[in-house]
Amino acid sequence: MEEQVKNKIIELIDVTKTYDDTVVIENVNLYVKKGEFITLLGPSGCGKTTTLRMIAGFEMPTSGKVLLNGRDISELPPNKRPVNTVFQRYALFPHLNVFENIAFGLKLKKVTNTYRNKNGDTYTKEEHLSKAEIAEKVKKALEIVDLEGFEKRSISTLSGGQQQRIAIARAIVNEPEILLLDEPLGALDLKMRKEMQLELKAMHKKLGITFIYVTHDQEEALTMSDTVVVMADGVIQQIGTPADIYNEPKNVFVADFIGESNIYNGMMPADRRVRFLGREFACVDEGFEKDEPVDVVVRPEDVQMVPPEKGMLQATVTSVVFKGIHYQILAEIGKAEIEIQSTQKKEVGDRIGIVIAPNEIHVMKKEFTVNRFDGTITKKNRVEFGDGEFDCDVTRLYPGSRLDEEGYLITAKGEKIDLTGVPVTVEVGLGDIRMSDDREEGGAEGNIISLIYKGDHYRYIVRTENEEDYVLASEDLWNENDHVSLIIPPEKIKLTLKKTEEK
Amino acid sequence: MVRFHFSRKQLCIPYAVFLTLFVIIPMLLILLYAFTGEDAEGNLFFSFSNFFNFFSSTSKLQTLGVSLTIAFITTFFSLIIAYPVAYILARSGWKRTYVLLMLFIVPMWLNFVLRITALRELLNIIGFLGNYDYVNTVIGMVYDFLPFMILPLYNSLQKMDNSLLEAANDLGAGPVHTFLHVTLPLSMPGILSGVTMVFMPSMTNYVVSETLGNSNITILGKMIEEYFSTYDDMHMGSLISIILLVIIFITMLVSGGFKQNADESSARGANLW
Repeated sequence: MEEQVKNKIIELIDVTKTYDDTVVIENVNLYVKKGEFITLLGPSGCGKTTTLRMIAGFEMPTSGKVLLNGRDISELPPNKRPVNTVFQRYALFPHLNVFENIAFGLKLKKVTNTYRNKNGDTYTKEEHLSKAEIAEKVKKALEIVDLEGFEKRSISTLSGGQQQRIAIARAIVNEPEILLLDEPLGALDLKMRKEMQLELKAMHKKLGITFIYVTHDQEEALTMSDTVVVMADGVIQQIGTPADIYNEPKNVFVADFIGESNIYNGMMPADRRVRFLGREFACVDEGFEKDEPVDVVVRPEDVQMVPPEKGMLQATVTSVVFKGIHYQILAEIGKAEIEIQSTQKKEVGDRIGIVIAPNEIHVMKKEFTVNRFDGTITKKNRVEFGDGEFDCDVTRLYPGSRLDEEGYLITAKGEKIDLTGVPVTVEVGLGDIRMSDDREEGGAEGNIISLIYKGDHYRYIVRTENEEDYVLASEDLWNENDHVSLIIPPEKIKLTLKKTEEK
Repeated sequence: MVRFHFSRKQLCIPYAVFLTLFVIIPMLLILLYAFTGEDAEGNLFFSFSNFFNFFSSTSKLQTLGVSLTIAFITTFFSLIIAYPVAYILARSGWKRTYVLLMLFIVPMWLNFVLRITALRELLNIIGFLGNYDYVNTVIGMVYDFLPFMILPLYNSLQKMDNSLLEAANDLGAGPVHTFLHVTLPLSMPGILSGVTMVFMPSMTNYVVSETLGNSNITILGKMIEEYFSTYDDMHMGSLISIILLVIIFITMLVSGGFKQNADESSARGANLW
């Protein structure tokens, strides 16, 4: 394994970082090849910046090692590392002019010069760069970032874009082995950002040094990188080329984060067969357990629209938005929704048929520990999900809150909230659902479609009339096709408010 | 019926009246007295004699020298003591630094005379009082003016962007180089504002020099007081006040206190006055 990849410039081995008791980076293993443009991509708080800061030396890993060219540098301070950073807010020194900013690192640098003494013997001397050498290097760096002649300018007279370039010049002038860029384009406007993306890419080619880039912008990552590392919650989700990441996302998170996705709960009745949206589709994935619950991802541009009678599914168009090169069409299939990108124009209310090619259906293993549903709070401590309605405890959404007689929620601060119709995510553990013969007893009912003996218990999948699946674990033996009612105690229903879409 | 109509301009009338009565007129009077003399009948006549008098008197020039020296030493020690404290308070990242900062500021709110009297007792106990008049005076002044140094320093250090220090570190600078080339220059507004606020009162606050210097030290403030109350020579007293004013003016000029867009922190510090 170690020998497989040559010329690793940076390698993170089992790196974990915790602040107090919060784990920010969990067991990250990652290597960067020499000369590569690698991007750490993820939503804010995913640990990408912390990872970068550990490579720069601003943070020390709590455990694990950071290797540079095979040498452990975990404990080395930033000023001893052959690495330079372009900071998020540039961090240019306001009391120095452009020249002095760029020359800051050069003035500290020592080079080994070789001399010949009178006897003809050579000897070496550690020396600072001469003034002329520094001036020459600064000039070159300014040329690279296209700001020739800016030496005397004060930082405060520069625009955001120019400051950005100076920040880059200040880093590359030191000829680092690795250039670290921490969301460097975040503060620029869209047009400027697009320009800089291409320039950075060109600069990377020209300089030939390794770039490690951090961003939350998936498009930026896909445009510029050789390799993309997708992170979430301090864990690497997937490492691959932009094409790999886009076409073969490893899990729902990656699929959802990179590009637009339709994500459905599905199951695998057999190899190369997947069931979702109420019917079975042919797909190319195999190696799953029989009836294993899976996540299914379909890219909007991979959904084909055909006349209704020719479709695998029939849908009704609910929204059409013109996006320039294509239409973004939302359509309803029963209760589910599908997003389609197409150059064909449709009208709201049109009936369409839908075809999805087997190789466009991405099936992903589901880490199944909990049943997750989209739900809506109806009234007074009731929540609707999974084709049923259950009692719940809405006061747990807001710590310290209570319900008044009319069913309004009073928060700890005394605010009155009407929760009726509020969308929530509902989570129910596998062991928290009980089955019963009495159809009146439970909040939802369905047929047992699968049971698997798991050593000390059975795992059942109960499917409701509208194809919502409950997965539950029980020690009791039921039979396949038994019609059961599902009971969930209110305190076992975990509710979380749906976050309104950011970005 | 008379209707009173207030515009915003009229709201500053009380202040204008106050300013005229207690600032402008006295200032003019001081100027008048400084450059006049009095004949036998008590008539004022224009003269530069006070001026020449001051600069030809060894004892007066000596007092000026002593005042400047005490002020310099006080400012120097205040800065040396305050900077590390302000630095630690501002950059420790500890969430309750404000509590600590308060500990340094609270003495400012204690009665000044009480503070100095207490210090006098303390110096008496350790045997300094009466033996080291200059040392005691400087100790008293540093003690008294330290908060005025800490606060502006704290303000300028605290708003310094941490990423600048990281950038310096990233570019190869060790802690010493980073401090000398980044932290120190960036905290300059705070230093200047602190220096101004300690230097100026150090030259005039004769309560400290009297109480702790066992009445053996005369600084400019004391001399002014003497000319006004003991010698009843308002002309010389006024002239010394003008000289003091000029020195303060020069200090301000040197420290950039008049700059149009003076740094926010120094402005905030100046509000202490």
